[in-house]
Amino acid sequence: MMHWIIAPVMLPALLAPFIVLAARHHIGIQRVMSLAGVIALIGIAAGLAVQAADGTVTLYQTGDWAAPFGIVLVGDRLSTIMVLLTAVLAFFVLLYAIGSGWDDRGRHFHALFQFQLMGIMGAFLTGDLFNLFVFFEVLLIASYGLMIHGGGNTRLRAGVQYVLFNLLGSTLFLFALGSIYAETGTLNMADLAQRATLIGADATVGIRVAAVLLLLVFAIKAAVVPLHFWLPSSYAEAPGPVAALFAIMTKVGAYAIIRVYTMIFPPQLEATAGLHGTWLLPVALVSVALGAIGVLAARKLDRMVTFSVIGSMGMVLVAISLFTPQGIAAALYYMVHSTLAAATLFLIVDLVRHSRRDMVLGAQPPVAGTALVAGLFFAGAIAMTGLPPLSGFLGKLLVLDAAYDSPLMVWTWALILGASLVNVVGFGRAGSVVFWKAKAVPPSDDAPADAAPPHPLAFVAVGGLLALLVAHTVFAGAVHGYTTRVAAGLFAPSPYVDTVMDTPGKLSESKEGE
Amino acid sequence: MEFLVASAIGILTASGLYLVLRLRTFPVIMGISLLTYAVNVFLFASGRLVIGAPPVLVKGVETYSDPLPQALVLTAIVISFGMTAVVVMIGLGAYLGSDDDHVNDPADEVAQRGDAS
Repeated sequence: MMHWIIAPVMLPALLAPFIVLAARHHIGIQRVMSLAGVIALIGIAAGLAVQAADGTVTLYQTGDWAAPFGIVLVGDRLSTIMVLLTAVLAFFVLLYAIGSGWDDRGRHFHALFQFQLMGIMGAFLTGDLFNLFVFFEVLLIASYGLMIHGGGNTRLRAGVQYVLFNLLGSTLFLFALGSIYAETGTLNMADLAQRATLIGADATVGIRVAAVLLLLVFAIKAAVVPLHFWLPSSYAEAPGPVAALFAIMTKVGAYAIIRVYTMIFPPQLEATAGLHGTWLLPVALVSVALGAIGVLAARKLDRMVTFSVIGSMGMVLVAISLFTPQGIAAALYYMVHSTLAAATLFLIVDLVRHSRRDMVLGAQPPVAGTALVAGLFFAGAIAMTGLPPLSGFLGKLLVLDAAYDSPLMVWTWALILGASLVNVVGFGRAGSVVFWKAKAVPPSDDAPADAAPPHPLAFVAVGGLLALLVAHTVFAGAVHGYTTRVAAGLFAPSPYVDTVMDTPGKLSESKEGE
Repeated sequence: MEFLVASAIGILTASGLYLVLRLRTFPVIMGISLLTYAVNVFLFASGRLVIGAPPVLVKGVETYSDPLPQALVLTAIVISFGMTAVVVMIGLGAYLGSDDDHVNDPADEVAQRGDAS
């Protein structure tokens, strides 16, 4: 059996307690260990992605128990691409955290960071819904710690809201899992995919409730509009590198929607017909619109970026909710872009924070080194608003193209294009107020005390993320070809289901038939 | 017994939701606790209600209770316990820092920020 597939979960899980126990007083050793762990993670994730690239589905049965009795980890193309994205993002975020000194402003940053990675990796790799819940909790409890890293009253207060909202989400998740188990008698995703097709047309009430509850849970994680309230405060108040890492957390929700609603409850499944296929697209469009309105209305730079994240998640969900192979392919391309762009912007906002008293969008005296930050902000804003030449533009084109055959095509095109314009105006206004109008203000005496420019490593991290965005644009053809194959695989899940269900292990029927 | 269990889940959920919608941290945490109790009972019921049946194989027994929901409930109890401890700590920190245990943002802060969140 291939053991590599559990390595992205085990490596951070082992590293984190080691950092806490052995290196808690030595920030240098913590940094080295954390960085080495993340680099190893990138290597492992790349290996898994290459292995899955030809469509191979890798299965890991924990304790050698056959599905559906044991918990399985499954690495297919979708999982491995998300694991690789997480590892790469984590590397640059960690570089920034070290460069900007954020990791030294409170205790246990690196241990929490590793636990967070463990949770995210596990959520992407697991093949069991209850296990998905457990990994959600692991990533959440680590994120609570990271969210309030560094302390401060506003941050603690935002942290309380964030934790309470997510606790409610977890409770809802358990209700959804209970209903699914009561209806089907299993929580293994592949087993569910088989059993959901067996539900008769006269007994669909329970499974429909369960499918909607589960969609609500994932929509909370993905910050879809009526359930987005937790996101702006918590992302704006979280430390910069933490907010950048959180950029992947909303994508965990999007990933779960893709996984569950193409494999277990596909759009053609009669038992759940007319639910998510009908309702997800309108709310995603509302997310796009509300994100744009928020960008225009925000009075603080960090809040503006959080609303652009909501709009960007809306775009991803518009593409997902078409539930066509073309739509999912566009969603995956845009999802990679959106993760990188959001992380870049959060890091840049943190760089801006260094030289200003507060984040209110108003003219403040310029500080040395602003030109570079302004340039970076310009590039990040181009990426986020989806202007050419960066990948946001291509991603948006793909989404628009995929929406061409949708019944809501006019609404989709009008809202996405209108929201893009509003986003451009909002970011343009913010950039000109923060960077250009600064020249008109005379320097004052009450400049912030920590005005020393951040370590070059911080700029290396931001530059690296921007370089990734450029690469995502330059190799767009290859990436989109790959996401197209991923999407095609998602709509023909039989290799996944067969691998999980037919691989022998303890308790499997073929082996212990006597 | 179905009625008893169903009404227990319903009453716990309703009280929990009512408390969660309060403005101060302590009732909200109480509400979350009640909700987790409700969900634990619900998870038990998802394996069908039987009384006095063993969950593991025993010779000569025909009726079994489903062991999986029991394992799920155990996991859920542990997780919700840990989460409640975390939220109590963070809530205490926020309260001690600002002498105010409201869950929402203070009015002056919202006015200064001026957005919809």
